[in-house]
Amino acid sequence: MWRLIARNLLTRPVADPAPAPDPAALEALGKRVADSGRQRLGRSLAIRHVDAGSCNACELELHALSNPYHDLERFGLSFVASPRHADVLLVTGPVARNMRDALHATWVAVPEPRWVIAAGACAIDGGCFAGAPEVLGGADAVIPVDLTIPGCPPTPTALLAGLLALLAVER
Amino acid sequence: MTALECFLAPYPVASVPPVLARHLDDDGWQALRSALAVEAWDLTGLWHDGGDVLATLVDPGDGTLALVRHRPNPASGGWGSLGGLRPGAIRLERTVVDRGGPRPADATDRRPWLDHQAQPTLGYPFLPVEGEGLHQVPVGPVHAGIIEPGHFRFHAQGEAVVRLEARLGYVRKGTLEAMVGRAPGDAAVLAGRLSGDTTVAHSIAFARAVEAALGIAVPARAHWLRAVMLEVERLANHFGDCGAIANDAAFALLHMECGRARERIARTAAPLFGHRLMMDRVVPGGVAVDPDDRDIAALSALLPVLAEHLAAYRRTYRGLPSLLDRTLTTGRIAPALARCYAAGGVVGRASGQAIIPGQDARTRPGVPPYDMLPVVPVGRDAGDVDARVQVRLDEIEASLALIAAMIEHMPRGEVRVVLPDTSGEGLGWAEGFRGDCQWWVRLEHGKVAAVFGRDPSWFHWPLLEAAIDGNIIADFPLINKSINGSYSGVDL
Repeated sequence: MWRLIARNLLTRPVADPAPAPDPAALEALGKRVADSGRQRLGRSLAIRHVDAGSCNACELELHALSNPYHDLERFGLSFVASPRHADVLLVTGPVARNMRDALHATWVAVPEPRWVIAAGACAIDGGCFAGAPEVLGGADAVIPVDLTIPGCPPTPTALLAGLLALLAVER
Repeated sequence: MTALECFLAPYPVASVPPVLARHLDDDGWQALRSALAVEAWDLTGLWHDGGDVLATLVDPGDGTLALVRHRPNPASGGWGSLGGLRPGAIRLERTVVDRGGPRPADATDRRPWLDHQAQPTLGYPFLPVEGEGLHQVPVGPVHAGIIEPGHFRFHAQGEAVVRLEARLGYVRKGTLEAMVGRAPGDAAVLAGRLSGDTTVAHSIAFARAVEAALGIAVPARAHWLRAVMLEVERLANHFGDCGAIANDAAFALLHMECGRARERIARTAAPLFGHRLMMDRVVPGGVAVDPDDRDIAALSALLPVLAEHLAAYRRTYRGLPSLLDRTLTTGRIAPALARCYAAGGVVGRASGQAIIPGQDARTRPGVPPYDMLPVVPVGRDAGDVDARVQVRLDEIEASLALIAAMIEHMPRGEVRVVLPDTSGEGLGWAEGFRGDCQWWVRLEHGKVAAVFGRDPSWFHWPLLEAAIDGNIIADFPLINKSINGSYSGVDL
């Protein structure tokens, strides 16, 4: 243990430089803010993740956001355990029929003003599961979506660029 | 000749290694039930293809594989349940019913499993518990973390868990139904997303089933590239799991160390295979990428780095009594119980199952390139969280050596062949990081007519409910993570 701690103290952090906020996301978000006149949230965001029916690949990349290379928390972003603590609901996967009620209840539990991100091809429009018999579609089949992050699964860098756009547009 | 061979006659289901298969009439199915009561045959899959009930069996004595097929006869009361003989069959039989198949006449458990419309979790008749001072703790479907959804119902007496029962099915997408009618190449996209973390293993197993059904041989280099991807996926997930187990015991240092290793693997895989998780790289007929030597050299260079991460984990884990206190004797799965469910993968091998021939699908004969490389399943008998950590660590070490050998001996040549538009029925396997993934497919004129993919988690989830016995609720995340069942993989 002490060798690992010593190594970590004596070497530079491996964290990547911050990616630029996703320009497409910035534009889309700017429009939504103008349209809705929504309040700004400040410089940090608490994110609650809900898997609405994903194949679990998106979850692997969400986990990767917390590793030392991506180090999500240096940007003031963090995942929280309860929707009641969250500013952002991040949805992955197509909405499975059996998850519809749970997704809606989680969204209701996030206090206003809240933002919804559909992360990954499936959460955007059902992706490769669109049309499957137990799938209702993308997240917007159940709740309003503010921001989409494409990819199957989205890379951690793409997820970060989308989340940073959310911070940038609010300043 | 094994008893299974006496029981079954050849029937045209193709696979490598070959599988014994037979149509069973009412008397034959009854004879199978009688045989299962006395023979040690493992049940490794059970599904309905729209007409027949199919089941796969393995003789644990010599690894002989078999497939039986039975047309339920409504006139004679349908079909007889195997759930009372092999408990692993119970949820598979409930799934047969939920997917529109006939119910076994003497079904052990008649509650819906995947079908939440027929029976929502609110009001679901969880198995009862009697005694004083009991309380229930409902958890999920949405959990306090980045995890897949599922509901766990704890009955506890103080802190001790008296009974745990899971209700899954929340991420049911109808994946198998969506595959029907597609060409194998299109269906493979969904097969690779039955459980996204083990995408390479499911893609290989599905591709091998399709290739067996069509009677085609894929080029040697494709087999070797598939195996490299399979081992890389194993490394990534084993590092991820070992880190997450330490994290669930509140030891973040090892979690971050494993996070580094995992990210390095993804960053090497991305340029090498074109995708961080290697999704859609294995296709029926071969592989979709042919990395050049310079890209492969990057993988060679990664191996010693990962060996250092492994050494650091072992050194740190071994030297921390406070961490060992959480993992040793926690969440014990007795070898007899693992045997009863024919548990595959790490869960089985940590509970004394490594000695069963073919338990590790890589050791089954005729599977290139593993038939040319030394694959020695590593196991433990303790069956606790620590044993599952140790098996994963040993498998990381073995995979590093296997990848080095594969890179050294990798043949050159083509990596993909074109699939004919013909018909056939095939079975395929691949040993993913969780265990053996099994796919069965029937093709008609180049299109999928019926398909079934069986994730190893089917036999791990019930064992989780046994592993928690006598433990406290606070240890549940640790035990759950050490087993790491896939939700999506079983929510068909």
